[in-house]
Amino acid sequence: MWIVKRTAFYLLVAVIVLVAVFPFYYAIITSLKSGSALFEVDYWPKMISFSNYRSVFTEGSFLRNLLNSLFVSSAVVVISLFLGVTAAYALARIRFRGRSALLFIILSVSMFPQVAVLAGLFELIRTLGLYNSLFALIFSYMIFTLPFTVWVLTAFVRDLPIELEEAAILDGATPWIIITRVFLPLMWPALAATGLLAFIGAWNEFLFALTFTSNNEQRTVPVVIALLSGSSQFEIPWGNIMAASVIVTVPLVILVLIFQRKIIAGLTAGGVKG
Amino acid sequence: MRQRARSAWLFLAPMLIVLAAVAGWPLLRTIYFGFTDASLTDLEAGRWVGFANYFSVLHMPSGRIIYDGLLADPVWWRAVWNTVRFAVISVTCETILGMIVALVLNAEFPGRGVVRAAILIPWAIPTIVSAKMWQWMLNDQFGIINDALLRLGLISTKIAWTASADTAMFAVLIVDIWKTTPFMALLILAALQMLPQEIYEVTRLDGVSPWKVFWKVTLPLIRPALMVAVIFRGLDALRIFDLIYVLTPNNVRTKSMSVFARENLFEFDKFAYGSAASTLLFVILVLLTMLVLRFGRVKLDRSY
Repeated sequence: MWIVKRTAFYLLVAVIVLVAVFPFYYAIITSLKSGSALFEVDYWPKMISFSNYRSVFTEGSFLRNLLNSLFVSSAVVVISLFLGVTAAYALARIRFRGRSALLFIILSVSMFPQVAVLAGLFELIRTLGLYNSLFALIFSYMIFTLPFTVWVLTAFVRDLPIELEEAAILDGATPWIIITRVFLPLMWPALAATGLLAFIGAWNEFLFALTFTSNNEQRTVPVVIALLSGSSQFEIPWGNIMAASVIVTVPLVILVLIFQRKIIAGLTAGGVKG
Repeated sequence: MRQRARSAWLFLAPMLIVLAAVAGWPLLRTIYFGFTDASLTDLEAGRWVGFANYFSVLHMPSGRIIYDGLLADPVWWRAVWNTVRFAVISVTCETILGMIVALVLNAEFPGRGVVRAAILIPWAIPTIVSAKMWQWMLNDQFGIINDALLRLGLISTKIAWTASADTAMFAVLIVDIWKTTPFMALLILAALQMLPQEIYEVTRLDGVSPWKVFWKVTLPLIRPALMVAVIFRGLDALRIFDLIYVLTPNNVRTKSMSVFARENLFEFDKFAYGSAASTLLFVILVLLTMLVLRFGRVKLDRSY
């Protein structure tokens, strides 16, 4: 009986791992095929050819798009962490009227359907002259990274010992000094977790990137991958698509595996969205 | 203290200004555009048309009466139905599967860390990439899914999963469930790990069956956390765009409210109509959230 139970349990574990990992594994082995081998179904890698990777980088402007994604995501992380830390300090440590209303508003913005602001954002971005530039994306991504960052960091700051701050106030420290000298050094775990989640969110974003950029030079990788197509609908370049997919996913998977504890902590602390 | 309150607003100001600029103002403008006849080429030329984008009645000279506007648009209602059905089915499946995965990860066994790392992979993969990966696996001619099902004798002919009307929604659901179950599982796992171990020791001593322990002890205790996760996932599912736009393009059977709105805004040159659809989507989401919060007796101020 015990044996049966154990076997069933490990079978379940095996199924979970297989289902979770297989699509990515299959994308990798597809990306390493070339020519007609692409159209034969293989369960194991039979050939290793980097021709798809070569053509991804030589056709179009994929390297440029990668740098676009990297620039946008990094800028989004820096700005939302900066705005998030100062706001979190005020929300967590200072009592003032309207505080809970503010927290409620911030939480509601994090649940906003992005489409609901699309028309208005489009107008604003065109008026500001940001259309088809990376700044349009950095700006618009604040709608989902900022509420999340503020929410998680507020929860974190609230749990820091109050004595630290009291000691600093007795020494005559201003709020700015308290934030930068007392709290910031303690906040690295929370900053790393929220920063990573903001980075992943910005790296993966599609709707705004599709709408606010119009030529290949300005696009981020998800849009480029979605729009990769051959000369006709019967010539979809699956090899290139899979190679590009692997290239954008590998850094994320490595980041996630290295920082998995931090990411899980951030996800569950915020409970907001993935 | 007065001075501290003033510095609080000073610290909040940059964040609030950015949020107002990126969320508040655009939302108001979207609502406004929904009441005009603005077009994509000239947004400023839009004139106020009242509720015409939502509903209007045209009396033809011939005596025929034509109902026009979003509320009379079958394509819109089809999109609403698609989205709600998608949200209900996907969140239900994700909750059940997430619970199973969380219970597995909550048990102690060698290799637990590897499994936890493995289930993070679908979560980390960009939605567009997972849509493309699955589109390739579900390809009717060269896809591995058809190949595997044929070999196993489960199907007799190849199925065009993403293209055919009957299976397109099924394909969308599979990919979404694959991608978001890990998130659900991690949230439930966190709730499970907060439970006091003493309860389980008592039930073990009393010889209560594990099945009963789950329904009578575990589930009621993690219910609050579970409800929060379900609400967030539900709201996320109701605004779905990326996956459907890429996996099953131009398919009326899967078109979601978000896809409908964007299509009208930027592809059909019906900017005002699309704005009205965006507004309606927002209203529907707010109403649904309020309903769930009211009847689910959920406290969102979990950390406050």
